[in-house]
Amino acid sequence: MTRPPVHTRLLLYLTQHFYDVEMLLTWMFNRKRTGIQKKNAYLGYAASLYGPQVAAAHFILTLKGGLRFKNQSDWFRANTKGKFSWDFVNYKDVQIEEIDLSNTMVNYRGLENLDTQRSLRTLSLKGCPEVDDWFLARLHVFQDSLEELDISHCPHITTGGLAALRNLKGLKRLDVSSLPRIQSPGLVVILLEDMLPKCDIVATGYDYSFVQEDEESKVQHMQGQSA
Amino acid sequence: MSSWRRLHVKARTGGFLSSTPVTPRHTRLRGPFMPCQSLSTGRSLRKGFIKDLENQLSEMKKKAVDALPGSSWSPVLINPNLPPERADIVIVGGGVIGWSIAYWLKQKERVRGGLRVIVVERDPTYSRASTVLSAGGIRQQFSLLENIHLSLASADFMRNINDHLFVLKEDPVDLQFNHSGYMFLANEQVAHIMEENYRTQRSAGAEVSLLSPTQVKEKFPWINTDGVALASYGLENEGWFDPWSLLNAFRRKAVSMGVVQCCGEVTGFKYKTNVVNSVDGEQMFIRRIQSVKVQMPNSLEYQPVECAIVVNAAGAFSGKLAEMLGIGSSPEDSIAGIPLPVEPRKRYIYVVHCPDGPGLDTPFLIDYSGVYFRREGLGGNYITGTSPEEDEEPDTSNLDVDHEFFVDKVWPSLAHRVPAFEKLKVTSAWAGFYDYNTFDQNGIIGVHPLINNMYFATGFSGHGLQQSPAVGRGVAELILDGNFRTLDLSGLSFRRILTQEPMLERNIV
Repeated sequence: MTRPPVHTRLLLYLTQHFYDVEMLLTWMFNRKRTGIQKKNAYLGYAASLYGPQVAAAHFILTLKGGLRFKNQSDWFRANTKGKFSWDFVNYKDVQIEEIDLSNTMVNYRGLENLDTQRSLRTLSLKGCPEVDDWFLARLHVFQDSLEELDISHCPHITTGGLAALRNLKGLKRLDVSSLPRIQSPGLVVILLEDMLPKCDIVATGYDYSFVQEDEESKVQHMQGQSA
Repeated sequence: MSSWRRLHVKARTGGFLSSTPVTPRHTRLRGPFMPCQSLSTGRSLRKGFIKDLENQLSEMKKKAVDALPGSSWSPVLINPNLPPERADIVIVGGGVIGWSIAYWLKQKERVRGGLRVIVVERDPTYSRASTVLSAGGIRQQFSLLENIHLSLASADFMRNINDHLFVLKEDPVDLQFNHSGYMFLANEQVAHIMEENYRTQRSAGAEVSLLSPTQVKEKFPWINTDGVALASYGLENEGWFDPWSLLNAFRRKAVSMGVVQCCGEVTGFKYKTNVVNSVDGEQMFIRRIQSVKVQMPNSLEYQPVECAIVVNAAGAFSGKLAEMLGIGSSPEDSIAGIPLPVEPRKRYIYVVHCPDGPGLDTPFLIDYSGVYFRREGLGGNYITGTSPEEDEEPDTSNLDVDHEFFVDKVWPSLAHRVPAFEKLKVTSAWAGFYDYNTFDQNGIIGVHPLINNMYFATGFSGHGLQQSPAVGRGVAELILDGNFRTLDLSGLSFRRILTQEPMLERNIV
């Protein structure tokens, strides 16, 4: 676990003595949560006016993600300031084929905007801090079309969520690199390969630390001998 | 005795001196009159008197201890764990339902500290509690809309558990949720029920799919599909989790919001009885609880807690609690004669090890024979069990495990369904209680008609853990708002027991 920054620690220390600080911190926490939930709200009005494709595209672009429509070669992306071109409004009847939501705040609630994309083939969720096991469980809505999924570097994903990928039988490529909360990555990758036999599973960024442990135990052993 | 007499005399003189007509008011007042106070001649004497008294008391205590050698008795011992004398709401039973209700009550209070809630739990180690001894599953595959809605709402709560149960300065809650889904297998006789249930579940918003035996075989090659006509398979919001984490998260949050936790057993009530004549001219006794008697563990000491409302969330033992108030003790044909139909039933859970067993995608499988199993961890361990026949219910006085039961009842069906389980080893086993509702195996939520301040939240017959977040919210709404606001649970009230209209699950097992 990384230590929180100094000001957070100071505030946490003050909560021991002042209810006001505790209230303030709770309020800040709730505000942050509400902010994320607001960003992920269902764009029902846009969907009713322009259709689900446009609503989904707008949702992705406001989250600073990127998307590609079917039979199109160029991607729609937001720039670093979050500005994007509104040309996607012209693709009312074209399905979205690829979605790149890496490093965005997308969460379970936001997934409702993408529910209708039944020809989605690629989904990248690399490094999303709000993607959790429940999100993965919800991906079954794309079970007939999804071929590539990237969930690397997501801090909240655990083994219990990876079991939910069982429904994505058409998956051809799955990236599960550097998931910090997977405890025995070697075993999990083998079990994943068993579960999705047609899928190519990428799992880098883990130290399969058998060797390291051996060295440690050797050192301990030697210490024990010298003692 | 001579020392006491001396003390008395001294005290008198001190008293006289401080209350001489010249400076009486000044000595009594505090603050701005400090200089006057210091001029008072009585002050030093009084100080000496208190010091003296302290010395006397400690000497007396020493004498008493000397007089009773080998006893740790002390004349002024106060048990620090005694519950407070007054509370607004007393929740009896500190299981997951009890703590969930406590959390929601505090969540819904208007002013901080506006409600004083106490949770009374007799066993803080939870060694016999149904919550922690359960298999920990959550599913939406029920036939009653109430149950499906409760379970969906609870899944929603668990999804956002860190928004609800986050405590400052503590680690976020980790339920260790396994999103592996449930799978029910039906034979030909019950397939039509499964189809009907499937429609109900879909209409309620649960993500369930129906599979044919061929599809089952394709998805899970390790299942033997002999005799299977239809399977229903949950896609989302189903799986299992760690019951202890959920219980602890509720408790942690509730305590941080000001709920008082108390270790003790409720052994009695003090209540007032009013006689009411019904329309038919029948005399009825309406009771109102005034205080709850909380007995401390391992002692004769008890504390009556005055309260306005009592919540009966004692799970398997809630029937006993209701008996203390005279429910079910009158003749059969009156309302007071109908007992709370909740009793403990013992269920065994066996942990088996099978290295060649099914892998990561193993769902919580429930066969039409009643046998269930699920994966436990990643190392080839599984937990399994079944419900015994009605006439073969085991003795509920202890929690001993009957290993014969596994060999006779569980293993044959299990090995038939999954041939890999023909070679397995039972590594451990435990038993737990269901709060079994003998009337219709569903929860009872609401007030008893004859005790107008006792709320029930009990009798969930094995679904209590998975429904606890939503049930807690429902009971809190019932208490604070007077009726259900979010989910209408009035169908689960006590009324159905009085009118003898059971709400039975139409399940395949």
